[in-house]
Amino acid sequence: MAENILEVKDLVKHYPLTQGVLFKKQVGAVKAVDGISFELKKGETLGIVGESGCGKSTLAKVLMNLERATSGQVLFKGEDISQLSGGALKAVRRNIQMVFQDPYTSLNPRMTVGDIIGEPFEIHPEVAPKGDRRKAVQDLLDVVGLNPEYINRYPHQFSGGQRQRIGIARGLALKPEIIICDEPVSALDVSVQAQVINLLEQLQGEFGLSYMFIAHDLSIVRHISDRVGVMYLGKMVEIGSDEQIYDNATHPYTQALLSAVPVPDPTARESRERIILSGDIPSPANPPSGCRFRTRCWKAQERCSEEIPLLAIPTTLEGPAAHESACHFPEVRESAAA
Amino acid sequence: MNTAVDRTGREAGTPYQGPLLDVRDLHVEFVTRDGVARAVNGVNYSVRAGETLAVLGESGSGKSVTAQAVMGILDMPPARIPRGEIRFRGRDMLKMGKDERRRIRGRKIAMIFQDALSALNPVLSVGFQLGEMFRAHHGVSRAEARTKAVELMERVRIPAAKERVNDYPHQFSGGMRQRIMIAMALALEPDLIIADEPTTALDVTVQAQVMDLLAELQAEYNMGLILITHDLGVVADVADKIAVMYAGRIVETAPVHELYARPAHPYTRGLLDSIPRLDQKGQELYAIKGLPPNLLRIPPGCAFNPRCPRAQDVCRAEVPELFPVAEDDGTPLEGRRSACFFWKETLHDR
Repeated sequence: MAENILEVKDLVKHYPLTQGVLFKKQVGAVKAVDGISFELKKGETLGIVGESGCGKSTLAKVLMNLERATSGQVLFKGEDISQLSGGALKAVRRNIQMVFQDPYTSLNPRMTVGDIIGEPFEIHPEVAPKGDRRKAVQDLLDVVGLNPEYINRYPHQFSGGQRQRIGIARGLALKPEIIICDEPVSALDVSVQAQVINLLEQLQGEFGLSYMFIAHDLSIVRHISDRVGVMYLGKMVEIGSDEQIYDNATHPYTQALLSAVPVPDPTARESRERIILSGDIPSPANPPSGCRFRTRCWKAQERCSEEIPLLAIPTTLEGPAAHESACHFPEVRESAAA
Repeated sequence: MNTAVDRTGREAGTPYQGPLLDVRDLHVEFVTRDGVARAVNGVNYSVRAGETLAVLGESGSGKSVTAQAVMGILDMPPARIPRGEIRFRGRDMLKMGKDERRRIRGRKIAMIFQDALSALNPVLSVGFQLGEMFRAHHGVSRAEARTKAVELMERVRIPAAKERVNDYPHQFSGGMRQRIMIAMALALEPDLIIADEPTTALDVTVQAQVMDLLAELQAEYNMGLILITHDLGVVADVADKIAVMYAGRIVETAPVHELYARPAHPYTRGLLDSIPRLDQKGQELYAIKGLPPNLLRIPPGCAFNPRCPRAQDVCRAEVPELFPVAEDDGTPLEGRRSACFFWKETLHDR
């Protein structure tokens, strides 16, 4: 469990903003991911939470090398993959696969399920030689709980939950070591979400997969994750075990996020203390100076606008509160809602 | 409560004491190429002034179609309403003429849609679209309509409303756009608001802001609110009573506290059990097996029977009515009904 399978060091992804048609002049940049470091251990699930626009999906794309990192390193088993290209990149990609959010748009409607799941084998024929492919696809269908006889059906003949299983089967096809799940259940109905979560957990045990699980539903992330990272405006603001984050959050943003989640228990309606943040997330093209959360933070002081807080374990705290948090004034909130 | 009865009473001419909205045995079908999809199969619910009814259900359960029928915005055809009544202050709206219906829509019953970006017209400024409500319904001048639009934007707490009134929808953030939707629904001070998944497209911190605003305005105007959602968390936060829908029927109704504490229908139970709980970490989540039914081929008997852990022969043969739910000693539980032959057993399951 201790071995790091993926290590991300100071990863940056900026999208340039240009002006003019012929002589494109760069006038700024959308700082989608702005200096993120973390590691993913073998066999673990790392949850990434944050609101829309915080950069969590960009992070996934950069890790997959679908977008090239502006700077920083992504070390897969110690080797930097962020600048690879051609054959070397292809070889590494086999080991990192992705499951997408929307099972309605991420499957080609004109391809049969067999072709969709078998397509990775076209690119990596070494995994399943041509003659074995049909069998390999049927095995995958069986693994994700679909009838192997459905191999010739088209995506529209399946429900949302079944389509997501097809997406998962495609992700598994190349026997990867890491699967990045970008909001894998948020498009599904409540009663079907649980089925897919159970499938993901079962597959993790069976194949020893490491997951990066990106979602905005905090209760599902807590259920599935060993560790959780919280992102805000391109930065990781807090990271730790699920107990450290959910019960001993020390960053004000994490505390606000947790308190804003509606609790499915009407008896908590009065007792619950909610922090309602004012305003919206600032634009990532022009983030606030210093701490990015300071414009919405109730604790903000002058220091917060001048000095960028680093993601580090606060020396003033101990016990489960002592985990990495990027705040100048970290403390566990009393009477934090469960 | 009193003020609303007074206010609405004066407008109607005679004081009216019954529920604001009373939907009775409503059926809605869609004629499709593959057959008739029965989206709503006999729905009953009612809402009083100042009350919040949450309609909970998954996609395809008929919760939005019911709301659209109430609002009178179903496309007919392909939709048709073979049976049922939708009584607004005692009068069946399905029997009203087009013009009368139109006077109620917007003025008495307003709707908030899920996706504000597609519900607003992208080529008109929000000020124009808000002002349109007053121009169409009250015939005021453009200048006056604009002043009213600014007032509304201030009421839903959009910062710098005066400067932003001429902005277009895309210039607002998701939360601000949803506020504009709320402002538009409030414009004519309706008696009833139907909110169809009003916060589903929003982030949690913004969702909290919007729900708070909605609850506050509802109390201020003493409006009835129908909240349509699939989110068990949002429901627990704001609802007074809940109607759970499955395959076009209401399967359970109950006051909010009782529904969460003691569900009387296996489907409700399954939904509540599939929420990840703290003490279940690392264990398998409870999952309702199978899939929601195809509306073209709803299973005979209870529509939930193929997925139900409690299903018996009777469930496959007969459609259960909405039974009143009572304690063991026969004391009826007020406002509680369940469309399950085994509601008693389900109630005791926990």
